[in-house]
Amino acid sequence: MAQYSSYILVCGGTGCRASQSELILENLKEAVEQHGLQDTVQVIRTGCFGFCEKGPVVKMVPDNTFYVQVKPSDAEEIVLEHLIKGRKVERLLYVDPETNEQVPDSKHIDFYKKQLRIALRNCGFINPENIDEYIARDGYVALGKALTEMTPESVIKEIMDSGLRGRGGGGFPTGLKWQITRKVQAPQKYVVCNADEGDPGAFMDRSILEGDPHSIVEAMAINGYCTGANKGLVYIRAEYPLAVERLRIAIRQAKEYGLLGENIFGTDFSFDINIRYGAGAFVCGEETALIHSMEGLRGEATVKPPFPSEHGYKGCPTNVNNVETYANVPVILLRGAKWFSSIGTEKSKGTKVFALAGKVNNVGLIEVPMGTTLREVIFGIGGGIKDGKKFKAVQTGGPSGGCLTAKHLDLPIDYDNLLAAGSMMGSGGMIVMDEDDCMVAMAKFYLDFTVEESCGKCAPCRIGNKRLHEILQKITSGNGTIEDLNMLRNLAGVIKDTALCGLGQTSPNPVLSTMDNFYDEYLAHVEEQRCPSHQCRELTQYFINPEKCKGCTLCARICPVNAITGDRKVPHVIDPQTCIRCGSCIEKCKFGAIYVH
Amino acid sequence: METVKLIIDRRPVEVPKGTTILDAAKGMGIRIPTLCYMKLEDLHYENNPGACRICVVEIEGRRNLAPSCKTECTEGMVVRTHSPRVMNARKTVMELILSNHPAECLTCSSNGYCELQTIAHDLGIREIRYKGEMSTFQIDRSPSIVRNMNKCIMCRRCETMCNNIQTVGALTAVNRGFNAAVSTAFERDIAGSTCSYCGQCVSVCPVNALSGRNTQQPVLDAIADPDKIVIAQTAPAVRTALGRDFGFEPGTLVTGKMVSALRQLGFDYVFDTDFAADLTIMEEGTELLQRIGKYLNGDKKVKMPLMTSCCPGWVSFVEQHFPELRDNLSTAKSPQQMFGAIAKSYFAERLGVDRKRIVVVSIMPCLAKKYEASRPEFAVEGNPDVDISIYTRELARLIRYANINFTDLPDSDFDRPLGESTGAGVIFGTTGGVIEAACRTAYELYTKKPLPKLEFEELRGLEGIRSATIDFDGTPVKIGIAHGLGNARKLVEEVKNGTSPYHAIEIMACPGGCIGGGGQPFHQGRMEVLRKRAAALYQEDKNKTLRKSHENPYIQELYANYLGEPCGPRAHKLLHTHYFDRKEAVNMFIQENQEK
Amino acid sequence: MNKVKTLDDLRKMRETLRTTLDIREKSNHPEQMVQIRVSMATCGIAAGAKEIMNYFIEALDREKVDALVTQTGCMGYCYAEPTIEVAVPGKEPIVFGHVNKEKVDEIINRYIRQGELLDDIIPVTYTAIKPE
Repeated sequence: MAQYSSYILVCGGTGCRASQSELILENLKEAVEQHGLQDTVQVIRTGCFGFCEKGPVVKMVPDNTFYVQVKPSDAEEIVLEHLIKGRKVERLLYVDPETNEQVPDSKHIDFYKKQLRIALRNCGFINPENIDEYIARDGYVALGKALTEMTPESVIKEIMDSGLRGRGGGGFPTGLKWQITRKVQAPQKYVVCNADEGDPGAFMDRSILEGDPHSIVEAMAINGYCTGANKGLVYIRAEYPLAVERLRIAIRQAKEYGLLGENIFGTDFSFDINIRYGAGAFVCGEETALIHSMEGLRGEATVKPPFPSEHGYKGCPTNVNNVETYANVPVILLRGAKWFSSIGTEKSKGTKVFALAGKVNNVGLIEVPMGTTLREVIFGIGGGIKDGKKFKAVQTGGPSGGCLTAKHLDLPIDYDNLLAAGSMMGSGGMIVMDEDDCMVAMAKFYLDFTVEESCGKCAPCRIGNKRLHEILQKITSGNGTIEDLNMLRNLAGVIKDTALCGLGQTSPNPVLSTMDNFYDEYLAHVEEQRCPSHQCRELTQYFINPEKCKGCTLCARICPVNAITGDRKVPHVIDPQTCIRCGSCIEKCKFGAIYVH
Repeated sequence: METVKLIIDRRPVEVPKGTTILDAAKGMGIRIPTLCYMKLEDLHYENNPGACRICVVEIEGRRNLAPSCKTECTEGMVVRTHSPRVMNARKTVMELILSNHPAECLTCSSNGYCELQTIAHDLGIREIRYKGEMSTFQIDRSPSIVRNMNKCIMCRRCETMCNNIQTVGALTAVNRGFNAAVSTAFERDIAGSTCSYCGQCVSVCPVNALSGRNTQQPVLDAIADPDKIVIAQTAPAVRTALGRDFGFEPGTLVTGKMVSALRQLGFDYVFDTDFAADLTIMEEGTELLQRIGKYLNGDKKVKMPLMTSCCPGWVSFVEQHFPELRDNLSTAKSPQQMFGAIAKSYFAERLGVDRKRIVVVSIMPCLAKKYEASRPEFAVEGNPDVDISIYTRELARLIRYANINFTDLPDSDFDRPLGESTGAGVIFGTTGGVIEAACRTAYELYTKKPLPKLEFEELRGLEGIRSATIDFDGTPVKIGIAHGLGNARKLVEEVKNGTSPYHAIEIMACPGGCIGGGGQPFHQGRMEVLRKRAAALYQEDKNKTLRKSHENPYIQELYANYLGEPCGPRAHKLLHTHYFDRKEAVNMFIQENQEK
Repeated sequence: MNKVKTLDDLRKMRETLRTTLDIREKSNHPEQMVQIRVSMATCGIAAGAKEIMNYFIEALDREKVDALVTQTGCMGYCYAEPTIEVAVPGKEPIVFGHVNKEKVDEIINRYIRQGELLDDIIPVTYTAIKPE
């Protein structure tokens, strides 16, 4: 029986496979057998290493040597040199672009510092329903330290010095927010955790609450200590039952351990947390709307000032922070502001969690230091574009954000850079689009969402977004004119300029940024009634190439509206008037005879 | 006082800290258009949700435009109120609002009074570029109020009025985005909601999304019917406000012209609700004395304090929100209903005609009166005591319709016998007036002595809640007064908790009383208008030779020849009523919905 | 239930918990127990993590493998749910993606028992900050 002592891991990610990693795998297996090592060395294929730009990648275990840009012909050398002679194949080692030095093992490759988990530090490590596991990983030490060794001012100073900014999207300095709330004199104050994650596709708050709920409980208590609040409220959408359940358990356990409740750590600080459920309105992520919702009122925004820090829940000073923001707090107190502020860019410190989605190979939840480039995220961690298609754009900030294009790929991600590029950080949704995506349709898709989610309070958002959507509808169905484009731009600008809350002020961003970056696509829609990506149904037409069509009748039988006619063994024809462009025929055709134009 | 200096439209200005840009500009003679904004100065209430975005201005260094109604001036601020950026935004937003508002100005009852129309005109909107889908709501017609939400621009003034000032809680915004609308709980019809029909929402609606129910045609039909004897009764508050629609100053008394106009319209008799007000005093004053008497004799069962019942909005408020206190309400009918009952009994008998031939039309400052007239207990064999109730603005429309040159009309007097009234009946139209009238009569009936001074100054004024103790020759009678249902709620809560110190409470649902009623030309929250209307009523009272209800010779004759004693059996049958618990109905509906 | 009264209490508690709970960081743990963590966030559960967890417990029982199965939060590999992590004492923890019942059997028989790796394991692509 085999007794493996070494392993050769060959990346089987899409990117590496495209550059012959399968062949490398075969060759390595062959070489291992030739040298009679098959009982001690196992060669296996792995998932993506997330290092696709240097692929194909081969990793040796247990010494973690990391070979990059390996070719099938390198297999023999790797086995001979590395396994038999015990020498590294130096020419295949990764060279650090900064230092120009070879890096002997994966642990030292800078790339793997690309994903640094601070907010997600415990997610996937601990059992979220067991407070002991959290404590074993330093849980509640930060709270204890704050309460027994630090003044509220010094905690606030630490948070301020760390440079932590609101992770909900706005990017307001967290420490400053705490300080403002602290300074307002009031007999009752509240600390609120905004867990009303509403961006389509974003789920980092849910993951943190599901994976590490105690970190939120701890951070809220720290916040209460700093701001002078003894009551905490978590506003969470009722669609997150598991997060709610785990949070409940966490609160209960913290109370049992005396980490919530009266006289925590023997001090005179008392703190309790309650949960408030949201019905899932996007606008309730806006803090004033959130507070109204918690008060049992209609979830709609009110004009700021007054800010919740002065006049919040039930008229009391209220400090609202987002889940991810809170998740960073205990670590900052344990490791210090200096450590935290060493990560990130000049004005954006620490890391950011992104929900990477869309046309990218490795969709998932990632956490990267601020300043990581879009390229590193999409082509590194994300493993590049699916099916080898071309990258077209990436939408950050969800429906409030804008799309960024290839020219932004080397943009270091931080609050200010994204804003300057016409998008925003938002809560961290990141949707990648490829050449098949129509940007006009994309803008319309986001407008669908905002039109639905507008609270309906202010006229520009309530009616304006509806009209924006209608104009986009007109354009994508081939009835738009140049004048419509001018009207679109004017209306988008006015909504941005006049809407009451963050939702309305940012809702035209997808329209404006696609108009800025892909105006030619808009033009194609209105001038030529053509959708360059063949996505806008009304603008596409289905054809059967008579040369390829064998007259098998499959398409005619599958067509739901009987738009395809033709005799057996004679090329078929599609009636464009009847065709609803559902695409069923293309899927079924075995001869690739049907095409869209 | 701390001040800030800023520049608006290139002109420097210094204003107290906390002043909004809108107010600062106003002080400089710069009129920034507003739509949702509404300031009810003396009610101490502002509706400034910042929702319409019409009043936006440009502030140097600010990323986006600022709503001037919600933005406070700060030191060194530089504001532009009509820069190209502002004007483009304002016009575009206006076009958006208009794109979801039916363009039926010519047939709209707010034509000429509509704030949206005015602003569209001022902004010079000549086309609506942004057209698209429009709202399609069912029109909701209740006895008093009609809701056409297709016209609603979501200014939310009605909501503020209904919830914050009146505390009725019938209206709230529902749904999201383009489908957002102001509606009732569970989107029921107004008639199935907790609405009290006070009509204050109608008063503040800038666009006729909320309007009074129009019943002018039935009036014209009745007048045209030769078989019908059509009788008009006019409430005291109407004469103080009707003139506004014909260019008179607020508070100008147009009693004589109004009577002439009604005759020209073709009414067979023009009577005065004030007569019935005198009658109400006889009944309610007697009831008050009876209750106080019992109370002072230690009768624990007697419901104290006595609460007035002239105001139908207030009555339905009690029935819906405080049904447990409905026995505190005076059982005396309101003047409108007393008039109807007498007109169709006593007066019909005098004319020798069947009551069915008589059509009583009341002209009221009120929308709730329409609902009151329709209540089934105020009918005999299906024939209502008051057939049609129209409000002040409807009368103005009828006068125009009939080609009557109101301004030049000669004055004329009410018909007799139901047109004769005392000053006590006149002051019914203002807050404090009912209780003052009651005191004048009750005092003399109780003490058997003439009043040393007729004017009870301590009961007058426009403070939301007032109280006074009247010395009934050694017996102190404690009076509480509230106008506006929000204020009323405070007094009723005291009654409910058993902490109310009063013997009698007068409530009028509308701020200012009937002079500020939902059927009146709107006062825009300017209490000076209400003050002038009130002053006009007190003046008319002063001008009367008879100023105590019990001295009205026609009232005396009515009792002597027909009714017998005040609160006697016949009076009771004709002039008193009973109340219902309507909370049940609302609660049952809520329960049903929860079970579903 | 012992209440945590002071920061020292908490620190002591942490040390005790680390020795009894955190066997992954102490590879020469005397009990030699295999630890299995199933990613049980909403996304994992939706992909079938609950069934897999139950099956794992059954299978370990059947195969008489001494192992501790616990749930944990999202590991971030949404494209490969359900994901589980297997920590065999003395070895780096390995993450397996797209886990189904067949794969559970393979993991037990080939990886836990024989130290064989399986195709399509997921390389850890991040560093997480470590406790003090």
